[in-house]
Formats: sequence, C-alpha cells, structure tokens
Amino acid sequence: MSEKQSPIKSIFTHFGVYFVLFLFLLPFLWMLLASFKTQVQILNTEKIFEITANFNNYINVFKEYNFLSFIWNSFVVAAGATLFGLILGLPAAYSIAKFKQQGFGLLILVARIVPGISFLIPWFIIFSKLQLIDTYTSLILSHMLVTMPFIIWVMIPFFEGLPHELEESARVDGCSIPGAFVKVMLPISGPGIVTSSILAFIFSWNNFMFSLILAGDNTKTLPIAIFNFLSYSEINWGGLMAASVIITAPVLVIALFAQRYIIAGLTGGSVKG
Amino acid sequence: MTNWIDRHIKWVFTLPAVLFVGLMMVMPVGYTFWLSFHEWSMSNVTPPLWVALDNYIALFKDELFLKSLWLMFYFTIVAVLIETVLGVGIAILMNQNIVGKGVVKTLFLLPMVATPVAVGLIWVLIYEPNIGIANIFLSKLGIPGQEWLTSQSLVMPSLIFIDVWEWTPMIALIVLAGLVSLPKDPYEAAMIDGATPWQSFTKITLPLLKPTLYSAVLLRMIDALKTFDIIYATTQGGPGTSSQTTNIYGYVLGFQYFKIGQASALLMIFFIIVLSISIFTILLRKRAGVQL
Repeated sequence: MSEKQSPIKSIFTHFGVYFVLFLFLLPFLWMLLASFKTQVQILNTEKIFEITANFNNYINVFKEYNFLSFIWNSFVVAAGATLFGLILGLPAAYSIAKFKQQGFGLLILVARIVPGISFLIPWFIIFSKLQLIDTYTSLILSHMLVTMPFIIWVMIPFFEGLPHELEESARVDGCSIPGAFVKVMLPISGPGIVTSSILAFIFSWNNFMFSLILAGDNTKTLPIAIFNFLSYSEINWGGLMAASVIITAPVLVIALFAQRYIIAGLTGGSVKG
Repeated sequence: MTNWIDRHIKWVFTLPAVLFVGLMMVMPVGYTFWLSFHEWSMSNVTPPLWVALDNYIALFKDELFLKSLWLMFYFTIVAVLIETVLGVGIAILMNQNIVGKGVVKTLFLLPMVATPVAVGLIWVLIYEPNIGIANIFLSKLGIPGQEWLTSQSLVMPSLIFIDVWEWTPMIALIVLAGLVSLPKDPYEAAMIDGATPWQSFTKITLPLLKPTLYSAVLLRMIDALKTFDIIYATTQGGPGTSSQTTNIYGYVLGFQYFKIGQASALLMIFFIIVLSISIFTILLRKRAGVQL
C-alpha cells in the first residue's frame, strides 16, 4: 500500500498528517503561550499569539503555591505505587504465565475494568478508622490498585514469550525457582519491566480521583493542587497554565524518550489483550 | 524450606497480589454492597440503619439518576463512535511513507499521556467565553461566541470534544499497529482485479482489521463509561446537573451530600453496568473467534 506514490499524493499526505498533528498539539501550545503571559495579557484577546518570555508565573507557582512539596508528594506516591506494584505484580504475572492460572488472570482483568469509584466510599471509611487519611501509606496502597493490575496485564504476555529453557538450566545448576526467577528471568525481562513501570508511573502520577478523597494538606498531589486553582475567586490563568506545564512536562518528557516502549505497551497490551 | 517454596511456587508467587486485590477491591465492593441496603451519613454517632431495598427503589424514582445514566451512555457512545471513525482515518493517513513518522507518532501520544486534570483545565481556558481561543476563532468566522462548558445544551458536546481530542490518538495508534501487520498479498490480488481503493478498504482492510478495532473500541468504551477526571475538573457535573454522568453523581451523592446508602446503591448499579458490558463484549469477541 505504501509503495509507489505519486509526488502530488505524497505532498497531500504529508500536509494532511502534519495538519492533523498540529490540531492535536494546539491545546499544548496554547497552554505554553499562556503560561508565559501576565493576567492582563491573557485577558487581552487582541494579541493572542503574543510570545513573551516572562517566568513570573513559574516562579509564583513555586513561591506562592508551594509546588515543590506537591511535586515531591506526587513523586513519592507514584514511585512507591510503581515499586510495590512491581514487587507484587512481577512474580504473580510470571506464575500466571507459567502455570496458566487463568482464574487469577481473569481477576486481574476485572481489577482493571471495575470502576475505581465503587470502592471509594469503603476506602474512605476504612482509612479514616485506621487514621491513614492524608498519609503516603493510603495513597500508595490505593494507587497500587492502578499500577499492579496494569503491570501484571502487560507482563503476562511478555513472560509467555520468554524461553523457559534458560530457567530450566538455572534450576539444574541448583537454583531455587525464586532464585532462577530473580537471577535469570528478570534480567532478560528488561524491556517489559521498563514499559510497564513507565506507564504505571504515569497512571499514578495522573491519578485524580483516589487522591481527591485520600490526600490532605500533608500529602496533596499535583492533580489536586492544580484543581484547587479553580476555587480562587479570580482564576489566575497564567499561574494555572504554568502549573499545568509543570505537571504535564515530566510525563511528556518520559513519553518522548520512551515512546517506543509506550506504543508497544499501550497497543501490544490491547491488541493481544 | 526451599523445597516447600518450590513445590508451592504458584501460590507463593501469586498469593500476595491476589490477597492485595481481595483486600483492596473485592472486600470494599462487598462493603459497598452491604452499605447499599442501609441508610447512613457517615456519622460516628448514628450507625447504619437497615432499609432493605429502599435505596434502590428511591434511585429508580430519582430523575437525576435516570438522567445520569442517559448522559453516561450518550457521552460514551458518541465519543467512542467519533474516535473510532477519526482514529481509523488518521491511521490510514499515517500508514504511508511519511518523513519523520517516528516523531509524529510520539507527538500523537501526548494528549493521552498528559495528566487529565491538567488537560481539563487547559480546555477550561480554551472554552472560556471571553478570553478562550474557541470563541476568538468563532468571532473570526463571524459566528457569535458560545458559552460552551457553562451552557446547558453545549456542555455535553464540549466535553465529548475534549474526550475525542484526548483519545482519538490511542485508537489511531492501535489501528496503525494493526495496519502495519496486515498481509500485502490480498491488496496485490485486488489491484490486479481492478478494485478501487474504497473497495479494498471495505472488503479487505476493515475485515482484517476487525480484531484490532474490536480491542481498541472495547478498551476505549470501558474507560469512557468511567470518565471522571475531565468532567469533574471542568464542570463538576454542571451547569446544574447538565453533565452529571452516573460516575459524577455517585461521587456527589457520597462525598458532597454524604448519602452513603443511596450513593452505594448507585455505585453497585454502576459497577454492574460496567462489568456486564465488559464481560458481554469480551464474550462476543471470543465468539467471533478473536483471541483474548
């Protein structure tokens, strides 16, 4: 299909693809432009594409709105949820793949499908009783319900594709099964682990609903912090857009560097299911 | 000890994860189910009161609940339909020799990996009636400005537009991956037989693409039913209750009005709807001979 194109058709195709891409990126450009503007400039609709290099919004976001602590909170929660998701998820995925434990596989699939809001009320009640509201513990535990099923879901087909002879030979050399798993299987699973970790981290970093209920003043994560911008009487648009840049930038950078893995993780996971 | 672990390895490896899901998901859903037969306002003084099916009966008499169901299905069906058509179109456009295809694909990922709350807030600014680019663009065309997210009639289409922007790339990238792996022979045969491009699209591409498309649509549909972030971040279900989907209504009932029993009943119904639609489509897909 892709060979033998007339030059005119090729020009149209290129124009079409880049135009569509431009439309999809427009909101980000808009966010970036606004993040460098003062409130007065934003309210003036005459010169919307004015480019300014004014970092005051960014400085304010850190100084007045204390974003450094929200970034730290988001990072701790996402890293913790990913790490513990891997610790619980990798052996489970391996076992489900190796022993064809389809019942457990189904349970994990259900965990990915069930709406998060159906356990939000019990979580709130139970974590309140345990006095774990507004702690990293409750946030990490809740986010793990996002990261772990996803990690397992991506890793099952990955482990199924690995050659099991390697494990057998390690076993002959006297390794226990957990030993062989850690020393032999995990090192050759790098790409799968990277894919699932990156996406799990992004999902946790982006999570809004769980943090809305479980986070408090001490553990407020970035999505909650920028959502709070709306509650001020006059919305500080420049600050809000600078905050949006700060929260999306890490995700976008990760996505740019790991795009190969991410496309495989999102599409491979779903095409194979 | 090592021997014992090795013999029971399939339990040693899976039990922690399964226990975790049991504790964090199965048990809480059971608790929600129990609460749905009670009346309670999360107070420490008055314990939950058994009311049998009252919460469920009240829900089906509650116009807001019925409206929220309608809004949820309306949002899901329209959004996923548009995303599928656009996604397939974009994928076909991209499945050609394009300079810088890798970069294009990467940049296409950005809407779906960007933080949804931030995405919502960017669109709040875009839709802002006085200073947003949406109305500035319309005024250049000589069309009067709209209220978008604060208009009862436009709020759902405006939200669907955000969802389409956010998720069309996912369908496009999944379909593109499917297109790349299609066999070349049928197309050559069709060309020899003098088929038009449209004929080879409908007679060859679409049927071969069906499994891929099915997975993409299924995934997207399950997520669309559960959409929370962009709606809550932009309108919180408003203006009034014009964009209050079932998910949002459940949240409002539970965490703003503290009607725990009624919220739980709603969440059980929502849970059953999402789960049964998912299971139904997965089974259909299996019957169609597609590997899960």
